[in-house]
Amino acid sequence: MAKLTIPAQELMYRGHAACPGCGPALAMRLLLKGLGPRTILSIPACCWTVIATPFPTTALGVAVLDNPIEATGASISGLRAAADALGLDDVTVVGFAGDGGTADIGLQALSGMLERRTNALFVMYDNEGYMNTGIQRSGATPRGAWTTTTPVEGGRHGKREAKKEIMGIVLAHHPAYAATVNPAFPEDFVRKAEKARDVRGPRFLHVFAPCPPGWKFSSEETIALGRLATESGLFPLYEVEDGVYRLTRKGGSLKPVDEYVRRQGRFRHWSPEEIRELGDEVRARWEALLRLERETAPARAAATPVLAPAPA
Amino acid sequence: MTREVLSGNYAQSYAVRLARAQVVSAYPITPQTTIVEKLAEFVATGALKAQFVEVESEHSALQVVVSAAGLGARTYTATSSQGLLLMHELMHWASGMRAPVVMGVVNRAVAPPWNIGADHTDTISQRDTGWIQLYPESNQEVLDTVLEAYRLCEMEDVRLPAMVTEDAFYLSHTYEPVDVPAAELVDRFLPPREAHAVLVPGRANRLGSFTGPDHYVEFRHELARATAAVPRRLLEVEEEYRRLTGRAYGGALPTYRTEGADAVLVTMGTIGTTARTVVDELRAEGRKVGLAKLRVFRPFPEEELRHLAGEVDRLGVVDRAYTFGAAGPAATEVRAAIYPSPHRPLVADFLAGVGGRDVTPAHVRRMFDELLGAPTAETRWVDLAPEEVGAHG
Repeated sequence: MAKLTIPAQELMYRGHAACPGCGPALAMRLLLKGLGPRTILSIPACCWTVIATPFPTTALGVAVLDNPIEATGASISGLRAAADALGLDDVTVVGFAGDGGTADIGLQALSGMLERRTNALFVMYDNEGYMNTGIQRSGATPRGAWTTTTPVEGGRHGKREAKKEIMGIVLAHHPAYAATVNPAFPEDFVRKAEKARDVRGPRFLHVFAPCPPGWKFSSEETIALGRLATESGLFPLYEVEDGVYRLTRKGGSLKPVDEYVRRQGRFRHWSPEEIRELGDEVRARWEALLRLERETAPARAAATPVLAPAPA
Repeated sequence: MTREVLSGNYAQSYAVRLARAQVVSAYPITPQTTIVEKLAEFVATGALKAQFVEVESEHSALQVVVSAAGLGARTYTATSSQGLLLMHELMHWASGMRAPVVMGVVNRAVAPPWNIGADHTDTISQRDTGWIQLYPESNQEVLDTVLEAYRLCEMEDVRLPAMVTEDAFYLSHTYEPVDVPAAELVDRFLPPREAHAVLVPGRANRLGSFTGPDHYVEFRHELARATAAVPRRLLEVEEEYRRLTGRAYGGALPTYRTEGADAVLVTMGTIGTTARTVVDELRAEGRKVGLAKLRVFRPFPEEELRHLAGEVDRLGVVDRAYTFGAAGPAATEVRAAIYPSPHRPLVADFLAGVGGRDVTPAHVRRMFDELLGAPTAETRWVDLAPEEVGAHG
């Protein structure tokens, strides 16, 4: 059996207010294991506002600052600036936001933080919708998914539009480090969190965060669903450091997406044809990712000599 | 001390440098820009050792300084008009988090139509956000008030954000001689910020949080209590500042030649300077008039106004903003403040200078004439062009 690499220290306490099987709760627990106690979290309005429990209690063993939903990117720029001004050099400043607070209403502040190269980590936990307000559609909701604002009745068949690609948006800002993580793969998650802690400059983690009540699946299936998402290529695990792509889990051929889709009530209305289309889409994205990995791989020790500069 | 010729905007920048702000963040908007241009220069040359965070909006600018203040830094931002309106949600966050942020606001009209002239609609529309609002009328007063604002805001029983305003162009872009106090003197008046109730890294603590009705009421009450401490604390701060620099401005409602006056005009910002010369002229003509200046709009100087109400029969309030469906905001608040007084003077309301329209001594003279004649309770729009009424609807 492989040696476990996950730190034993718990910085998320029992007694938190998450639903059973909450993906964002698992995400926070693993993230803090990787980041450690000198973390300052800035959390916008999202599920975690509530999960952390109301005043005067807290479920988190680190410093937490609340901010309005659209401003997390700016908040971590402010925390970083203050930490630098006050000589708090050893703290890790982290924004921890949902997909709405990152990719929709929070996109401007995120872009600003990335562009001005704030030395901080932005984590988007992606439960693919506004779940804290009762399952409404976000830009990160996948095409065809049922939500309360993309109903499956009358002429509607769930969300009409494709999921917003946050990694593409983030990578266009050339961050120092960006990666995808999934609580179903905890060693990979913690390793990337540790790396995100140690890299300097703007960093980003996209977390796969299943939501049992929002996606309509049994709360004991969160990990199983997470494994399926990655193994079928729907949520590939990779990291991009200084522009170099690296898939951190390849493992043979992709599983079909059918089981992932069939296990969730939000896709119950899908036809076999729609599942096939999703499969095609996922395979195309996977191939594109493999191509990016090949194309951005650092040149091996110069087999062909590069041209030496002409002597002055 | 040195004597410099500074614009109102540079007076803000020099004050922020003297205050040794640690985190500065701002987004450009006319006519605020020169404040932060000068600060960027101070930071670049090392004259001010601060983190200067260049942001993509005013909204982010205020969030940057609120979060930075939450960790214990001394902070500054500045804006105007539309920028202040964009900050509105964060305005509540700043006070609710008890972040002692100091912000320069160059009072500018609100669109549409676009207009960059002096107008108080921007700051007046933020009067319910829990910020202290200070309205200086000269560049010297701007510099001194910014320093006083830092001292006041960071007091343990206050811990509130404050805005120091300037009338667009009349102060922001007009140069006057300003005494800039020596850094050592300011350091005595304003030592490094003592961090009360700030976020501490390395342990379980939360700033902001959420709560139900069981605690929310008390959070709001704490905010009300802090605001109630401001009038007394402001007088103490002013007295300390006077001892060091010899300058003071007379608290929240300084008065001028109000003794024995038949009518007193209440002004905010630069209109006060014009009105003061008119008071002198009218007094020389034997007419008994005086002036009171709303130097602080939040918290509203109720006690001072009640005192004034006991001495005069007619008050004219000059507003540079209008609350649609009501009246001039300062007039409304003056009326509310003096209502509990045993002696209630008649309060007339003059709307003047909106959108940068000049308010001349002749205008002020007419306001006094009206006040001493047969004033009505209805808002008087000063200098309104009758031929244009109804032509822009």
